Amino acid sequence: MSNATVVVVTSGKGGVGKTTTTAAIASALAKEGYQVCAIDFDVGLRNLDLIMGAERRVVFDLVNVVRGEASIKQALVRDKKLNNLYLLPASQTRDKDALTEEGVASVISELRMYFDWVICDSPAGIERGATLAMRHADEAIIVSNPEVSSVRDCDRIIGLLDAKTKIAEDGGRMPKHLMITRYDTERAKTGDMLATDDVVDILSVPLIGVVPESKDVLKASNVGLPITLSDENSPAAKAYTEAVRRLLGENIPVTIPEEKKGLFGKFFKGRAA
Amino acid sequence: MNILSLFGKRGESASVAKNRLQILLAHERADDGSDAVLISSLREDILAVVAKRVAIDPDSVRLEMDRTGDVTTLGIDIELPSAKAS
Repeated sequence: MSNATVVVVTSGKGGVGKTTTTAAIASALAKEGYQVCAIDFDVGLRNLDLIMGAERRVVFDLVNVVRGEASIKQALVRDKKLNNLYLLPASQTRDKDALTEEGVASVISELRMYFDWVICDSPAGIERGATLAMRHADEAIIVSNPEVSSVRDCDRIIGLLDAKTKIAEDGGRMPKHLMITRYDTERAKTGDMLATDDVVDILSVPLIGVVPESKDVLKASNVGLPITLSDENSPAAKAYTEAVRRLLGENIPVTIPEEKKGLFGKFFKGRAA
Repeated sequence: MNILSLFGKRGESASVAKNRLQILLAHERADDGSDAVLISSLREDILAVVAKRVAIDPDSVRLEMDRTGDVTTLGIDIELPSAKAS
């Protein structure tokens, strides 16, 4: 029987933090004790394996499963730290039609039986890979930077979520959550960056979290650990952990965790800006 | 930190960004492709009317739609051949 909640992490624009968000959310959910599977839909340009530190253990991938060349259980890669967290990697094939609508439908419905949460990492763009990633989702996390092109692309994606998904075609409405990443409180305060309220106003999607710009995100990706596992005290990790509590239904106000800075750090930050 | 921020001058680029996005997205959300169809049929009709009196190059008729706030304007620009040439 299906019991998993399928979440798509999507944005339209590339480089805004979909993969970072997928890895962070999936591992934070796993830390809560849920059975979690993260799927990389970016066929041809897979990277979730690298961000999760599983790149050397990938044998089979999503395309092998869709083509019937491997079973789902063979293709799933278990996380090295959390034994209830799994990754279904994308393939590196250059054939962009490698994923079929029916194939993806059957993979998702099988995963629903094994897991509590299935987190789909969408490729950038609005083409096949992106529409297949969102197709069977129960909820969507829309990732945006506080920047005009990213916000505009999110608006396109919201249009697709309300038109091209199974839920939409069945007359329902996709529940959506907005995750703002690479946020700089200082710059928003001085009016040089769109503030969280501005982005929420424009997109009319409720906020699930605000991830501050943080050096820890790059450090975590360097060592192949989701930010929520590499450094729990990092402001970015805190933001993701809070977002997961909201995803789980907790009604807590959105805060913007900040880097702790001494007087010395503040002085130099002021100088560098 | 520039000298202006020392005097507490707030940047305004974020509110410009918000305004631009709100106007753009209002149009993009409403755009079902009907504008393009309308422009192209108008262009053909105008071309036919003008061509009854003046020999013109079909490429010399330009239609532009410009939307500012609630007002939409239609601009028609027809390049007529010089008297000598005709």
